[in-house]
Amino acid sequence: MTLVVRNLTVRYGPKTVIKNLDADAVPGALTAIVGPNGSGKSTLIKAICGDLPYTGQITLNGTDVATAQPWELAGLRGVLPQASSLAFPFHAIEVVRIGLTSGLDAEHHHRAEAALARVGLAGYANRYYQELSGGEQQRVQLARVLAQVWSPGTADGPRWLMLDEPVSSLDIAHQLQVMTIARNFARAGGGVIAVMHDLNLTALFADHVLVMANGQLLASGHPADVMTDDVLSRAYGCTLRVNTPPTDTIPYILPHCAAPHAAE
Amino acid sequence: MALADHLPQSRVARARILHGWLALALIVVSLFSLTVGATEVSFGPALWKLATGEALTRMEAIVLWDIRMPRLILGLLVGSALAVGGAVMQGLFRNPLADPGLVGVSAGAGLGAITAIVLAGLAPLWLSRIAGDQLVPIAAFFGGWASTILLYRVSTRRGRTSVATMLLAGIALGALAGALSGILVYMSDDRQLRDLTFWGLGSLGGASWAKVVAAGPIIALALIAACTLGRGLNGLALGEATAAHIGLNVQRVKGLAILTVAAATGAAVAVSGAIGFIGIVVPHLLRLGTGPDHRPLLINAALLGALLLVLADVIARVIIAPAELPIGIVTAVLGAPVFLWILLRQRGMVDL
Repeated sequence: MTLVVRNLTVRYGPKTVIKNLDADAVPGALTAIVGPNGSGKSTLIKAICGDLPYTGQITLNGTDVATAQPWELAGLRGVLPQASSLAFPFHAIEVVRIGLTSGLDAEHHHRAEAALARVGLAGYANRYYQELSGGEQQRVQLARVLAQVWSPGTADGPRWLMLDEPVSSLDIAHQLQVMTIARNFARAGGGVIAVMHDLNLTALFADHVLVMANGQLLASGHPADVMTDDVLSRAYGCTLRVNTPPTDTIPYILPHCAAPHAAE
Repeated sequence: MALADHLPQSRVARARILHGWLALALIVVSLFSLTVGATEVSFGPALWKLATGEALTRMEAIVLWDIRMPRLILGLLVGSALAVGGAVMQGLFRNPLADPGLVGVSAGAGLGAITAIVLAGLAPLWLSRIAGDQLVPIAAFFGGWASTILLYRVSTRRGRTSVATMLLAGIALGALAGALSGILVYMSDDRQLRDLTFWGLGSLGGASWAKVVAAGPIIALALIAACTLGRGLNGLALGEATAAHIGLNVQRVKGLAILTVAAATGAAVAVSGAIGFIGIVVPHLLRLGTGPDHRPLLINAALLGALLLVLADVIARVIIAPAELPIGIVTAVLGAPVFLWILLRQRGMVDL
């Protein structure tokens, strides 16, 4: 009942984006994929979601992703894409309900309201999706994904959240909110795979980190073990120093010290 | 909106209630259309005669049964086919301004019709004998069908259809069909040119039971297929990848949508020529009124499309009676300003 990636190779035309990659992720933990632009981290999560043709093997709870029917996978995992566009003037609640079209929980339509409340958008049900801010749209999409895989663990095994840069368009308060939702999903027994750009948030929330560079896995392990000067500097191609306060007086803000307001 | 705030499901519920109202209005307009025409046969007395078992006069029987009835039924078929074809196309392309005309279906059908009109003299005798007066509509249908299949082959790789490739290929295909049509128009003589002009304007004037029989089953199949597409098109509105993530078989939805559009538009263009704006205005108005959920939208589009086309046909028949205006002119005059108004009003909403 895990995510297993074996000997994965993904090509875009003649270009090999991921080469012979092995990786694992377990439910009950938040697994973050980090790496520089073009390292193949978005490609990896797309392959895991079954969006791309690939060679090698990917299994989710023992189900082969390449051969599974769309409705089977929809019952196992929800996917939050990096960017979403919507062609027609749907209300926020209608977007969430579309997520209930298929999968194991298709009957439970009241979940749409609960899912919107869970991402802090309880009063937004009948607002037009296009009129929401980028961050609110991203949270409506997260509510859609949560509604699809509402229970982290079922009798048939854990459910999975696949998040492709889930906090990229959010302010720091909502970044923390979304990451907390993801972590709670993992704590409740579900699996979470998140492609992350923000290394601080990764260090704060991830239980396991996969560091990618040039289509290969550079390091894999607990944040404290892999987020080192050496690994990160090699991955990102510039000198990085972990846990080093700046010497000048320019202010810096870390999510580590943030706490939600009592009103929230 | 105030109501919608209290009832989360209200837009879909309202759309469901609209089914009934539109169906009622459609019946009223249909009966009205039977009473209106160039000849002075009024429907009321004729209906009374039918009800009391009295024989209709020969005149009444011919006008009602052989002229107005097939015209009404053809109007219902074509109107619903155009509106549903437009709604499905817009759902498929995730673009509220998409239209079957856009992907070359109409252009292909047009090329078929023009080929038939201009080259009819060159057709082998057995073919003209079999096809008879139906040669033009049949050719138009095959033109639309062939162009859709060609388009699908061009834009589908390894079982995946790229919407962008399909749109661009559709534009190229439309231009090519237009160019070939232009060559044929250049070759045509004066009489053929007149036929071409009238076919191009669109009309229900040539309605006959033969045309109803030719187009009816295809359009009916397309409408039934469309009714199964609601969920799939809702999912596609979020993008192809997300549609797959929520468990839809995206390739099957797209394939069925393409076939539906080809059948509906091809058959409609074949029997009535090019009638514009129904396919784009009807789904727009419905989305404004009751939201973009495709499950009720497709049914309402069929009803409202049929209603508007029958109404436009009544206008076309009475406005310069005893002559009649091609219906394409009526739909364009009424539809184009509505379309522009939608564009201006919705500029922020149509997420192009």
